[in-house]
Amino acid sequence: MGVRVRVEGVVQGVGFRPFVHGLATRLGLAGQVGNDAHGVFVELEGGRGQIAEFLVRLERDAPPLAAIERVTVTSRAVRADGRFRIVASDPSGASRTLVSPDIATCADCLAELADPADRRYRYPFVNCVNCGPRLTIVRAMPYDRPLTTMAGFAMCDDCRAEYHDPADRRFHAQPICCPTCGPTLRLVGAAGDSLAGPADPLAEAVEVLRRGGVLAVKGLGGYHLSVLAAHEGAAAELRRRKRREDKPFAVMVADLAEARRLCEVDEAGAALLTDRARPIVLLPRRTDAAKGAAVGGEVGGEVGGEVGGEVAGAVAPGSRHLGLMLPYTPLHHLLLAEAGAPIVLTSGNRSDEPIAYDDRDALERLGGLADAFLTHDRPIHLRADDSVVRPFRGKGMAVRRSRGHAPRPFTLAGEAPRPILGCGAELKNTFCLAKGRHAFVSPHIGDLEDYETFRSYVEGIEHFAALFDVRPEVVAHDLHPEYLSTKHALGLPDVELVAVQHHHAHVAACLADNGEHGRVIGVAFDGLGYGLDGTLWGGEFLLADLATFERAGHLAPVPMPGGGAAIRQPWRMAAAYLDGEGEAPAVARRNEGRWGQVSALARRGGPAAPLTSSAGRLFDAVAAVLGVRDAVTYEGQAAIELEQLADPAERGGYPAAVSSDGGVLVVAGSDLVRAAVADLAAGVGVPVISARFHNGVSEVIVRCCRMLREGTGLTTVALSGGVFQNLLLLRRTVDRLGEAGFRVLTHSGVPANDGGISLGQVAVAAARDRLGPVSP
Amino acid sequence: LAHGAGGKATHTLIEAVFLEAFRNPLLAPLDDGALLRVGGERLAFTTDSFVVSPLFFPGGDIGDLAVNGTVNDLAMCGARPAHLSAGFVLEEGFPVADLRRITDSMAAAAAAADVTIVTGDTKVVQRGKADGCFITTAGVGLVEQPVTLSASHARPGDAVIVSGPIGEHGAAIMLARDDFGIEAPIVSDTAPLHAIVAELLAAMPQHVRTLRDATRGGVATVVNEVANASEVAVVLREDDIPVRPEVTGVCELLGLDPLYVACEGRFVTVVDGEHAGRALEVLRSHPLGAEAAIIGTVAAAPAGLVLLRTAFGGTRVVDVLVGDPLPRIC
Ligand SMILES: [Fe+3]
Ligand SMILES: [Mg+2]
Ligand SMILES: [Zn+2]
Ligand SMILES: [Zn+2]
Repeated sequence: MGVRVRVEGVVQGVGFRPFVHGLATRLGLAGQVGNDAHGVFVELEGGRGQIAEFLVRLERDAPPLAAIERVTVTSRAVRADGRFRIVASDPSGASRTLVSPDIATCADCLAELADPADRRYRYPFVNCVNCGPRLTIVRAMPYDRPLTTMAGFAMCDDCRAEYHDPADRRFHAQPICCPTCGPTLRLVGAAGDSLAGPADPLAEAVEVLRRGGVLAVKGLGGYHLSVLAAHEGAAAELRRRKRREDKPFAVMVADLAEARRLCEVDEAGAALLTDRARPIVLLPRRTDAAKGAAVGGEVGGEVGGEVGGEVAGAVAPGSRHLGLMLPYTPLHHLLLAEAGAPIVLTSGNRSDEPIAYDDRDALERLGGLADAFLTHDRPIHLRADDSVVRPFRGKGMAVRRSRGHAPRPFTLAGEAPRPILGCGAELKNTFCLAKGRHAFVSPHIGDLEDYETFRSYVEGIEHFAALFDVRPEVVAHDLHPEYLSTKHALGLPDVELVAVQHHHAHVAACLADNGEHGRVIGVAFDGLGYGLDGTLWGGEFLLADLATFERAGHLAPVPMPGGGAAIRQPWRMAAAYLDGEGEAPAVARRNEGRWGQVSALARRGGPAAPLTSSAGRLFDAVAAVLGVRDAVTYEGQAAIELEQLADPAERGGYPAAVSSDGGVLVVAGSDLVRAAVADLAAGVGVPVISARFHNGVSEVIVRCCRMLREGTGLTTVALSGGVFQNLLLLRRTVDRLGEAGFRVLTHSGVPANDGGISLGQVAVAAARDRLGPVSP
Repeated sequence: LAHGAGGKATHTLIEAVFLEAFRNPLLAPLDDGALLRVGGERLAFTTDSFVVSPLFFPGGDIGDLAVNGTVNDLAMCGARPAHLSAGFVLEEGFPVADLRRITDSMAAAAAAADVTIVTGDTKVVQRGKADGCFITTAGVGLVEQPVTLSASHARPGDAVIVSGPIGEHGAAIMLARDDFGIEAPIVSDTAPLHAIVAELLAAMPQHVRTLRDATRGGVATVVNEVANASEVAVVLREDDIPVRPEVTGVCELLGLDPLYVACEGRFVTVVDGEHAGRALEVLRSHPLGAEAAIIGTVAAAPAGLVLLRTAFGGTRVVDVLVGDPLPRIC
């Protein structure tokens, strides 16, 4: 009999055709396999039993990187000559196939890299069908070498032979290459001048590091800046050049053993570190290895030959955690081996700008930041930052979803009737394109107010739309009129617009992340988002499904004196919360002179002191009261540091009153701030006060959820918003909700912060579109 | 970048309502005033309504604001202001003494600007139906130089110049409105700009493309108008934008960006890049332009966007605000 089999999903560039070839050959089937715009097609001729066996093994034994979404079998006459062959790609028709994310170097390739007898020994670009660059080198679909940035490298005879040999691991591996025909590594100076002979740029590059220099390294999705992690002076210099004051740097270590020397790595942590996406994993530092990891270690120290497992203080000042990652390209493996010590690997940019990925742009923008460039001639087509995750309850929780994860689609709980674009928010932004049940979230884009970031956002939408063949007819956007993403949405011609409230999008993102559609009690705690009433929300209890929501409770609004200035200066939130307080606490004294002005501004209200129910600002106020931080240099810093120093053993919690305003619950956040002030005055230690505050917030969340359950019968709670990246708060809240009999949804695939907003917007727009005409 | 990819969702009210209702070729450019030909003369004609709280503030009051505002709109058309009208809407019970103070300063401002107030009107409305006193002025002036000025005339390579430190009027008003306990010697910059503009135009009538007084919405809004109307990019340099430290201080307290704060005696001009130095010289030789500065340049792309090269070397998108400046940080 003859059948035609269509396989859809991530089936191109993952070794699927050789797998099919091997399977069919072993089963004695004749016919052919090939790629087309829909995925893979197979034509089979043979016995009924063999064909049935083929179909079973097709799904069961598929290659590791394949993700089969649908297999369609139709019976038809097949022309076969007794053999099974692989046929050339057919680029016609609309592209419906999926691109794989970029994948860390596989064990087979690593073995070749280390084998002096192999022709790819120490070749920094070794890859195969199971590993290597994917999304970042794809220019257009279908995924074929001429449409990637490898197009300019003509295969040598040896590579060509492997490429065409169905039995080879590199059969149709599009980025296939070798020292004879592939990209070459170079070390160049800040002016683009060559610094090392072609013999060993790596050794020279490591010399730059050892001398305390800053090395730019071209990776998969962009350039990094690197220094030796133990080199105090170099780390401090890198901070100065990047204009990054406090935000921690990530560190790359050679292997798990080295990771374990620096951090507590449990099973979940190890699984995340070795995941083939190779994200940055936020792990607790080992307290016994505290030497050199102490807060604010001395600057200007020198490094000898003795670089062990230590990390300079300037790498992650004031943090109990460290972001670690393992090498994910052959170049990183070689570099780490050559350096013999952990290296800082931070995004190649100045603060607030996007990571550089274009060679000329990198040289221009990083020229003043790096002393040398370890670079190569395989272009990067799409920028992708490193992904960041942290282990939570045995699995990974995304902090930033990018390289290695994008563009693997999320499966929507319901079909999108029409193609959708979700424009996202403003900071830490992503966009999302959806078609059918696939939702493709972009790699992390960043802060749109930066023009280069905004440009890559607009270009990224175009690129993704072409790659996934999604021509959006419905465009979902935030309600905030000043977000550049909102303005972008409003400027798009011939689309139907769907405005999605920020916190509804957060809750919907959490639902989509869990494959659910509600209705739930959504707790969205974040910095702030534009509310239906024109005030800034951010400590919200919503009764929500994907299509609709109702605001059922929130933190009591307080003024943000000076708007954005109150975000940069948390002490202003302390002033707003402590209005009328007789006893001037320490925070008032520290900000004497301004305290009265800001209090007056808060009292006056109006546009310069907009009202907010933000949970992030409540954390800020408490952080300022406790003297943790009066001004921040990056988003969420005060709250992060407040969490860092909390005493995890403390179980007490401050009470906060909950009242009802026309049936809507209102939580008196000021009770928590006042309790912190009182404890501080009574001489209670800051770690205990911080813990009691965290516990108090989680207790009042649970209390509100209980009250809402009474009224509605809803028993599932979805936790979202950037504040839930606070692990102490998340842990306490999840535990207490569990004890109270709730089912709790948290984030894993997309971050709880605004990086998840675009997915939530798409989920909402799809659900509304399913209900009928989209309402504005 | 695609043309207009900033998604300009702005001046919708003006475009959707007024332009729609009154559509005609003279209104369409939406410049500060209209250019008319009457009996062989080129006339500029403009009108403006003034609503300000408080009515009296350091450096001025609603009276000189109403005169200077219309004088300046005429000046921005390249005209020599000649005659003004003044309409008053007064709230019942408005103190006569205050009204006299206002009319006195109007008279003084008119004298300083060399214009005459030739006609007027007064209405009194019930208590609570108006906030003390509203004034509408209209004015006509003669365009004597062979200039064609428009926000749509900027070209790549042009220079963007501001006539002096920005944001002083807005900052003074905000301080006058409330007592934040700030002791800052900030006075409104309200002033008639016809003389300094006349000197600039006389010096280089062919090389001045655009004149705009940076009133509501500040320099950021004006420059966005230029970028949109001319379909060009404007690239500003943060370090070159003159702002007095006291104004920076008030803006810092209130969380405002001085680029968006109103001026009443400053203007932005776009001039041929090759003549920017000369333009600056001319402006600086006039007392009202002593601190004029070249703040940016015009580029071909990204059309319709205003970018700011920050002191830190980054590039920020400076967009028109849709409403009040609300924080965007989540
Ligand atoms: Fe948010
Ligand atoms: Mg005007
Ligand atoms: Zn491999
Ligand atoms: Zn080769």
